[in-house]
Amino acid sequence: MEHESLGFIFLNACIINNFVLSYFLGICPFLGVSGKLDTAWHMGLATAFVMLVSSLCAFAINTLLVQFELEYLRLICYIAVIASAVQLVEMVMKKFSPALFRALGIFLPLITTNCAILGLALFQTFREYSFLQSLVYSLGAGTGFTLAIVLMAGLRERLALAQVPTVSQGAALSLMLAGLLSLGFMGFAGLGG
Amino acid sequence: MAADPKARQPVTMDTFLDGVWRENPVFVMLLGMCPVLAVTNSVANAIAMGLATTFVLLCSSALVSLLRNAIPKQVRIATYIVIIATFVTVVDYVIQAISLDLYNALGAFIQLIVVNCIILGRAEAYASRHRITASLVNSLGMGAGFSLALLCLGSVRELLGNGTLLGVAVFGERFQPWSIMILPPGGFFVLGAWLLLFAWLKERKARATQKGERIHGT
Amino acid sequence: MTTQAHTPQPPAPSSVAMIRTLAGVAMLSGLLVVLTYQWTLPRILENKRLAVQRAVFKVIPGITSHAAFRLDPDGLTRVNEVDATGTLVYAGYDEAGALKGMAAEAAARGYQDVIRILYGYSPSCECITGITILRSTETPGLGDKIGTDPKFLANFKALDARLNTERTALRHAIVTVKHGKKTEPWQIDAISGATISSKAIGKMLNDSGQTLLPRLAGRTDQLRTQP
Repeated sequence: MEHESLGFIFLNACIINNFVLSYFLGICPFLGVSGKLDTAWHMGLATAFVMLVSSLCAFAINTLLVQFELEYLRLICYIAVIASAVQLVEMVMKKFSPALFRALGIFLPLITTNCAILGLALFQTFREYSFLQSLVYSLGAGTGFTLAIVLMAGLRERLALAQVPTVSQGAALSLMLAGLLSLGFMGFAGLGG
Repeated sequence: MAADPKARQPVTMDTFLDGVWRENPVFVMLLGMCPVLAVTNSVANAIAMGLATTFVLLCSSALVSLLRNAIPKQVRIATYIVIIATFVTVVDYVIQAISLDLYNALGAFIQLIVVNCIILGRAEAYASRHRITASLVNSLGMGAGFSLALLCLGSVRELLGNGTLLGVAVFGERFQPWSIMILPPGGFFVLGAWLLLFAWLKERKARATQKGERIHGT
Repeated sequence: MTTQAHTPQPPAPSSVAMIRTLAGVAMLSGLLVVLTYQWTLPRILENKRLAVQRAVFKVIPGITSHAAFRLDPDGLTRVNEVDATGTLVYAGYDEAGALKGMAAEAAARGYQDVIRILYGYSPSCECITGITILRSTETPGLGDKIGTDPKFLANFKALDARLNTERTALRHAIVTVKHGKKTEPWQIDAISGATISSKAIGKMLNDSGQTLLPRLAGRTDQLRTQP
């Protein structure tokens, strides 16, 4: 779609339609791994990296499938390729950069079943993005995910010190917090419109 | 592969009810949250999503259970994912054939059933170790529990956010819709409120038994 | 995995067994998917055709049939509407088979995300005859009124879209003005409280009108008779 500039695609994926707070993708890690600020930071980076890799893979596969008119196999191919891409990334990282692997390694298997990754691949297909647009879209989505999870972790670290009724401790409170965060992000709508 | 002792357990009502209530995938285990929050802005969407997920859950559990002795351990996850993705593709096309409006309303979330942790979790934790009847009953229970949770959210959100239930106006003309409830933040708030309610009920029950039996907490 | 710790580990199956299982499952799944695809395809295409028909009939009043064309640099080609790509133009005909109007898609970014609409254009009055929303995620209760508010939709009963004398662009650019400030037939009266969404509609109609209508202008004769 030619009327979407690269800058807008980035802003859209990152802030206006944040994957976590407005599309509800990747809620599991968002609630599960946002207890501590530095783990959240690593999780965000690992996810952003996998998003980039799988977005490129998905673009290549889709081009191939469209070529052979096999669109109905798209979902099966996407999920298989994303899972293997993550494994591949894990192995390569282990071999060439053990330090990075120690920081991100434990999160990589978790990310395979993160719906944000498959969601990204599907959305870029539905929107018929070109190669460059897909690239920018995945970068924006990764940044947006990191932003959301880091913000959430910061809030939760503060909240751990607050006195709240025992009933509301745990998931219920986290969800309310996420709701407030999402409300805040709604204010970005209309940006650049 | 040695016969699992659990496989001999009789199928009881509990196998079904576990999923609906005690181990409700959404309210108790907090699994599969993405579709729960994303497609519950109306009751119709919630029902469609619940049915689609239950169908995939049933079919994949049955197939995994049938093939459980033929699948080598090393490639089991890959096999499960292929099986699940197949049934999701089937559901995707069937929904497109039934109604395009419904398909557009649910969007990419039909295809995202693939990464719903409930389904892979059931395949790995239950269907791969139990006979087909037990697996079917168990996943039916899980599916019902999931649909129930979707319905709980969907009805509250549609009622408050749009003043309707299944498209039928419930309140009079003067009702000012609370639009935020059908927007993304509303999803978080309503689910949070339901969890609060359940936590409160649980706490009250725990306190009641404590008083009654004079036994100190678990 | 706790049960496994007690029982002795079974010998690792050979890679042949693994490959056999994976291949078997993959074939089974392929078969199932293809069968479903074949079985549902006619219904899906029919649904898509009905959806397009509904939209076209809504934006061009008084027609009984329509046909789809693709606008290429060298002219218009008749295409099958459900799976065609490119810039599509729909022509609507009345009972006598005479051309009543054309419909085309337009898009621009609104408040939340991109809004896509279909608009009808009548060559006899050189005006826009109606719009319908194809895809929007605008705020319920505010921005989504662009598709339902009767006062706003009345703007598009006969929105002036005359071309200039050189036939290269619109004579008057289509603009959205503040609620209640509409004075000219090429202006759109915005919905108060949904200015950004209203402006998006004005922008996409103007963009599409400036580029598509001049290209169509010389080729209306090709659409004149019902194919």
